[in-house]
Amino acid sequence: MNWFETITMHSPALIVAVPLLTGFLLPLVSRINDTVRNLFAIIMLSITGFLIAILGYDVLTNGIRTYVFGGGNTVVNLPSGLMFHVRIIFEVDVMNVFMIFITIILAIIGIIYSFSFMKKEDGLDKYYTIVFLLITSTLGMELTGDLFNFFVFLEISCITSCALIAFWVHKGESLEAAFKYIVVSSIGALFFLFALGLLYAQYNALNMATIANSIQFSIIDQAALVLMIAALAMKAGLVPMHMWLPDSYGEAPPSITFILIAATQASLYGAFRVIFTLYGNVFNSINLASLNLVLTTNTMGWIIIALAIITILVGVFMALIQTDFKRLIAFAAVAEIGYIFLGIGVRLASKYVQYTGGNATAVAFTEYSSIALNGSIFHIINDCLDIGLLFLVAGAIYYATKETSLDKMGGLARNMKYTTIFFIIGLLAVSGMPPLNGFASKLMLYESTFQLNPIIAIIAVLASIMLLAVFVKVFYSAFMGPEQPKFKEVKEVPRGMLVAMGAIVVIIIIFGLFPNLVINNLVQPAANALTNYTTYISKVIPGVI
Amino acid sequence: MISLDSFLETLSTGSGFWNPLVWIIIVAMAFLLIYVLRSLGKKEYKEKTEQTQSFLSGNPEYEKEQMTIKGSNVYWGFTEALKWAFNVLRKMHTGNASDYVLWLIIVMGFLFITVFITGAL
Repeated sequence: MNWFETITMHSPALIVAVPLLTGFLLPLVSRINDTVRNLFAIIMLSITGFLIAILGYDVLTNGIRTYVFGGGNTVVNLPSGLMFHVRIIFEVDVMNVFMIFITIILAIIGIIYSFSFMKKEDGLDKYYTIVFLLITSTLGMELTGDLFNFFVFLEISCITSCALIAFWVHKGESLEAAFKYIVVSSIGALFFLFALGLLYAQYNALNMATIANSIQFSIIDQAALVLMIAALAMKAGLVPMHMWLPDSYGEAPPSITFILIAATQASLYGAFRVIFTLYGNVFNSINLASLNLVLTTNTMGWIIIALAIITILVGVFMALIQTDFKRLIAFAAVAEIGYIFLGIGVRLASKYVQYTGGNATAVAFTEYSSIALNGSIFHIINDCLDIGLLFLVAGAIYYATKETSLDKMGGLARNMKYTTIFFIIGLLAVSGMPPLNGFASKLMLYESTFQLNPIIAIIAVLASIMLLAVFVKVFYSAFMGPEQPKFKEVKEVPRGMLVAMGAIVVIIIIFGLFPNLVINNLVQPAANALTNYTTYISKVIPGVI
Repeated sequence: MISLDSFLETLSTGSGFWNPLVWIIIVAMAFLLIYVLRSLGKKEYKEKTEQTQSFLSGNPEYEKEQMTIKGSNVYWGFTEALKWAFNVLRKMHTGNASDYVLWLIIVMGFLFITVFITGAL
């Protein structure tokens, strides 16, 4: 085995280990000087990115990868014949690759932006350490195949996020937002722990594939499902459990908010994994034996659709009346989460039973349900890029003017030309305007939703138009109008921040112009990995299915 | 290896399709048409003369700095007409952490009841 094969083999572990080690080394490296620290941070993130590329290529070429921590493939054979891995296992399919790909993009760009944005702040050694721990926890959540391990990474993510939200400790609001975040997140995480305790009591296992193989959908399983979905949906920002999100996103430094988006999406990924893999027997199965679960699947789908529509409307309406730029974007982010959940709901609600001569002959999903799921997965990355870009623009304005209130802004386009262009692209992308990336994923969601229920699709389209109106308001009040005397000395932000924003803009344009490139190579395989839950189980515990 | 075809491929959405490159060509043609129409217009406009001054029903023009419409005033009519809805939403966002947890419990309770009922059927 050559060195490349060795690295490929150990890449799942290294992807988590490298940022973790970097986090702890950074305070030491910071002692040399800031430039060396920044260089070290970006090199280590680039190495992580390289490892992700290797792993991604391997998974796309050879299928699901499992990585067992602590030695060989230790398995236990139960008297029932079931065998499963004992140690912690990372299970990597295309969905995992898709999520870690998003995380590393956001992490690299967020760190580059931080170099300039946070330059004048104190305590940057601690800042970068905590940022790297947050990146580690997010990557861990997205790679692990063990429920307890997922909970541990979720907790690390909560604690590090809380510390970073409170980074501007001199502001009372930041501390308050961090307090609310830790209270709500910890309670959510405890419900998740309770749920996995219930599953462990039932199946004597914590491995996702093992539980997925055994799930019976008993009352205990139903309780565990509700606890996990509610906790993860809250962490993802679904209305009415979203209220921590505008507080946290609004008060954290924008460079942190940008990386926090990745952590939020990791919880969303958890919800995807629970619904489509852990409870794949219930929600994904098209066996005739699962006939009695079609009603449950449809009901769950319609509940998610209802919550998604409420999320979209509340997000958009609340964004419209905000005067604080960052809070306004945070509510827009809530609305975008609604679109992602809408795709999940449509997928579940479109399961049906085929009848021939009055007898049930098959259980199936409609064709448009796959489009909905693809649109939903594609919208995850689009949401991260579009909302992330807008937060970076808000950060750039704050950096240049020390203002976040839209009432006190105006005429900034005269002195911040590049930032204005980046904002316009972010505005069009987040509102789903062609030909940018948001349009492609929203079109998939609209058309699939329309086939399920036209009224819901119309509401979703109208909400997107309102989102455009919201950001036109921002554009008008912040960038347009005559030059304000107090902003006469305002200059464009440093090059590092422009490079970070420019990098996202390039990705947005590429994804917008060539949507099929992403859909064929990442989104569709990720959706296939989610829906083919039996493949996932059989790869992890061979011989079971 | 990613082929050139996948760059130019049309996205099929089941009932429709989307090709950004076709869209760009059409928009470029529209812009060309606009440019042609614009070039046919009158050329008597003189910059920095009285022609460029705003006419505010005979009222004097304010200083430029005073003529900015603030963020909270944009869409004033819309927000005023839907004041009742915005008030409900504002009241919902109390900023109190215990209320945030309460909403989690309410959603959880609702999900419990629905899943148990449909699971039992």
